[in-house]
Amino acid sequence: MTDLSQLQSELAARIAAAGDMTALEQVRVEALGKSGSISALLGGLGKMSPEERREQGPKINGLRDAVATAIAQKKAALEASELDARLASERVDLSLPARPERKGRVHPTLQTLDEMIAIFAEMGFSLAEGPDIEDDFHNFTALNFPPKHPAREMHDTFWLAPDEAGERKVLRTHTSPVQIRVMQGSNEKLPGWIANGQAPPIRVIVPGRVYRSDSDATHTPMFHQLEGLVIDRAIHMGHLKWTLDTFTRRFFETDSVVTRFRPHHFPFTEPSAEMDVQCDRSGGSVKIGQGSDWLEILGGGMVHPKVLENCGVDPDEWQGFAFGLGVDRLGMLKYGMPDLRDMFAADLRWLEHYGFTAFQAPNPATGLS
Amino acid sequence: MKFTLSWLKQHLDTNASVQEVVDAMTMAGLEVEDVHDPASRLAAFSVARIVEAVQHPNADKLRVCQVDTRDGRLEIVCGAPNARPGLTTIYAPIGAYVPGSGVTLEARPVRGVVSNGMLCSASELETAEESDGILELPELPVGTSAAEALGLEAVIDFEVTPNRPDWLGVRGIARDLAAAGLGTLKPEPDPTVPGNYPCPIQIKVDGDACPVFAGRLVRGVKNGPSPAWLQQRLLAVGLRPINALVDVTNLVSYDRARPLHVYDLAKLSGTVIEARLGRGSAEPSPDTAPSPARHRDEQLIALDGKTYDISHEMCVMADANGERPIGLGGVMGGESTGCSEATTDVFIESAWFDPIRTAQTGRLTGINSDAQYRFARGVDPQSAVPGLELATKLILELCGGEASEVRVAGEAPAAPGPMAFDRGYVKKLSGLEVEPARIDDILTQLGFTVKGEAVTPPSWRRDVEGKADLVEEVARIVGYDALPADPLPPMAVPPGGVLTVRQRRMRDARRTLAARGYSEAATWSFMRRAWAELFGGGAPALVLANPIASELDCMRPTALANLIEAAARNARKGFPDAALFEVGPNFRGDQPQDQWSAVTALLAAHPSRRWDKVEADPLFELKADLMALLDEMGAPPLQVVQGQSSPWWHPGRSARLQLGPKTVVAEFGELHPRVLKALDAEGPMLAFEIDLDALPEPKRKGVKTKAALALSALMPLRRDFAFVVDAATPAGDLVRPILGADKALIESARVFDVYQGPGVAEGMKSVAVEVLIQPREKTLNDAEIEALSARIVGAVEKATGAKLRG
Repeated sequence: MTDLSQLQSELAARIAAAGDMTALEQVRVEALGKSGSISALLGGLGKMSPEERREQGPKINGLRDAVATAIAQKKAALEASELDARLASERVDLSLPARPERKGRVHPTLQTLDEMIAIFAEMGFSLAEGPDIEDDFHNFTALNFPPKHPAREMHDTFWLAPDEAGERKVLRTHTSPVQIRVMQGSNEKLPGWIANGQAPPIRVIVPGRVYRSDSDATHTPMFHQLEGLVIDRAIHMGHLKWTLDTFTRRFFETDSVVTRFRPHHFPFTEPSAEMDVQCDRSGGSVKIGQGSDWLEILGGGMVHPKVLENCGVDPDEWQGFAFGLGVDRLGMLKYGMPDLRDMFAADLRWLEHYGFTAFQAPNPATGLS
Repeated sequence: MKFTLSWLKQHLDTNASVQEVVDAMTMAGLEVEDVHDPASRLAAFSVARIVEAVQHPNADKLRVCQVDTRDGRLEIVCGAPNARPGLTTIYAPIGAYVPGSGVTLEARPVRGVVSNGMLCSASELETAEESDGILELPELPVGTSAAEALGLEAVIDFEVTPNRPDWLGVRGIARDLAAAGLGTLKPEPDPTVPGNYPCPIQIKVDGDACPVFAGRLVRGVKNGPSPAWLQQRLLAVGLRPINALVDVTNLVSYDRARPLHVYDLAKLSGTVIEARLGRGSAEPSPDTAPSPARHRDEQLIALDGKTYDISHEMCVMADANGERPIGLGGVMGGESTGCSEATTDVFIESAWFDPIRTAQTGRLTGINSDAQYRFARGVDPQSAVPGLELATKLILELCGGEASEVRVAGEAPAAPGPMAFDRGYVKKLSGLEVEPARIDDILTQLGFTVKGEAVTPPSWRRDVEGKADLVEEVARIVGYDALPADPLPPMAVPPGGVLTVRQRRMRDARRTLAARGYSEAATWSFMRRAWAELFGGGAPALVLANPIASELDCMRPTALANLIEAAARNARKGFPDAALFEVGPNFRGDQPQDQWSAVTALLAAHPSRRWDKVEADPLFELKADLMALLDEMGAPPLQVVQGQSSPWWHPGRSARLQLGPKTVVAEFGELHPRVLKALDAEGPMLAFEIDLDALPEPKRKGVKTKAALALSALMPLRRDFAFVVDAATPAGDLVRPILGADKALIESARVFDVYQGPGVAEGMKSVAVEVLIQPREKTLNDAEIEALSARIVGAVEKATGAKLRG
């Protein structure tokens, strides 16, 4: 009997001392393996008398179970400490920088344009486009700029070299030539993206690059314009006023913006108007919706009957309005960029600061900016 | 142009303040640029009189004065030598800001005596550049404002739109302001001055050069400086008084928008002045010194002392039987016949010159005179004789003399005729409700003749050509602030949105690339021609005749050069890691169909040093961005074609993405070092350019119902295949036959290793491909998998000659 308890305490000591799985396995084999000490004792049961067996059997089996349990417990403990050790060795310094990523930005002018498109889309305006290189007819003559008229000079036009026939193409000085392309179809074979004649009623906006030979803090030789054109039977100047008022409030995202319509002159509209917004210019920057200064933001008017006639639209049946605004300039006003030239300089720091992230897409539900 | 309130009041009976005038001008369509108002600047200053002046106890040069001011009798210390009892001068109270010296007055002792204000000099008030002592004024009442005492008044500076040349005279402005309700237009006294003798100078016109020419002589004048009121009036609007005769012409020009010219009879040669076209032919230039190397057919030394070449398009005034040019009609007179203080007999010219011809002459000569500005915009053709009469009257008043009869040659262009005007059109076009009587009243006040339905514009309103112009007249006088704001009638928004597929793709491209770390640039549509040539552009048809700068002289064939330059510019500033893109137009020619739109992106590949040592070829990062973008834009599967890229790409590290054998949708890769060097940019730089117009559009726009999704419940299998193939064979060539080997079962195939070296024969490479097999109806048994593998190997071998690696 002493044998059994001695064996038990001996094995218990060895199990406790086992420092790793190999040592523990060694103990298990020696105790419970095929030729292990406990297995041998169990094997000896068969040779015993029934009385002896009745007495020894439970003891030996009890020893076997106790040792097996001890080994299993030790095994779990060893595994746990091994995992702890491995995890401890896997420690990393999480103050290290993440995978390098560049900050991509949408250009503020094109963000501004997206905002404008969102506003006008809700009013039912579609987009029309036209080429940047225009002929004199579309850029001037059809828009009621008589040949050699001083009003043409006000546009600081860029001319391309004359062709063999002496005809000079122009870089469009405004997006208004697209008005002509929208209203008057052409027999020329044009790519599908260029507006090519549409019967009234018409309600379009025309975004695009325009060009004037001018350069200072508020003028660049290229900039972006947005044109609007509405032709219907009973559209009058009051509709233009409402449209531009509504646009201004939505664009500047404030109801406190005060606008003013005043007469102006454009060859292609009659009557013509410019619209000012009230602003505060004290302190070096322009704040819309406060103050008592006025700032001109756009021009427009009723489409000149001659322009309608030039496009084959009967001015006694159809009338409507057109307007044009500077996209870059309104973006500068809204977001506070001081110099127009920076818009076209592609400076990474400027783009990161004034640009917009991909998901800041103007959306009527979330607001524009 | 500028005018003063007192000048306006010569024509307009009004009590309006400067601000009211400015507001009314703005709302009538005159853009006020600036109001220079000395009255508000000098509001604190007023007239005072010195009662007593004694020597300062502690300073030789100072006097202590007792002064009567509007603030009572004050003790003021003054250093001016002319400070004496009885002197009327200008007083500034404590707290006033003195513009000339830039100080705000404080009550503090001057050498022990407190000065309770200041007596001012002209320079301290900024009414003169220099001054000697304090102002000495006539005996005006104490307390009179300084502005009034000094005759200073507000000057209004404004811009006139090209349609309204009548606003280039103060009376024209007064007429509009009267109509707008700001006062009453004063009636004009008849200026007619009967002549006492026939005009000894004959006049002749060539109708092309000068339709009408009126003139007369005034003999026995005494020329000299103009009286103070006239000098002051001219100075206030920025004109320099010269002598009475010349000043009268300037006055009439600014008062009536009617330019005139005066000739000194003694300097004229012969007895005829002729207006004819110039005899020059060549393109003239405003050289001051004529070049002997070039033949000059006809020249004029103008009043500005410069010599101008006269072209056949210009109108020339000539004497000596038409042989000697003595002026450019409507632009500038000649030096040889100008009036001086010695002039005793003066010939006055009042003609009408064609606006386009005058504008052209101004452009060609570079002269932008007051006369040229007015004639180019259109002077009232009926004003030749009335203008002449007015000038005669003024000359007789200022210089005396005796006027001849008036001579007129030619005929003024016809005045605008009557037009039918339905008053209801005002409401229809403007939305304004205006009573017909009010409409007629407004038009009448503006000088229109209203007779029943018919309305006739006045001779000075040649811009009014139709009924829309009449609506504008009514609307701007009623006031644009009265316009209703009527909501646009609702118009259904197209159910599929307002953007076309192409417009939507451009928008998606911008946001996709921004999300992938590229920043959007907007660069010029033009570039240096030499650069355009490097990128396949630079055709003569795309060269600008008048570029703003020589490096911006050609329409761009691509935005690539601009982006490279921008990246290089950023690098020079210390920011070399540029990732830029642009969505914009490029140009193959000058016709509308030659313009195409591209998405162009550039990556200046300067991989940052990384602590985790991960390195990847940035070209494949760029390819990932390109592929993601094409996927976003809904591009169909495209073929990678290497070895045919445009010459600005690295020949080995670039490719095209093609749709079929001809349509190139994109090019991408590393840029050629030669090109980068030419653009002074440090490489390497990677880029792609997608031709948006080459990207096919879906057959129909609108909702595309997605095909039903059949998800297999069976586990997919992954099998790896390693092939040995000629090293020159693109790895992509192995993938295509694998996908084709069994379209139903093979889901995807992806190259995961490429190896060259020991174990693989020279000139060959091993390409390892992972194939994903998706059983559809039942699991595959070993035999079926073997059969499929054999089909894969067979297909690859057939297509590329590759053998399964043993």
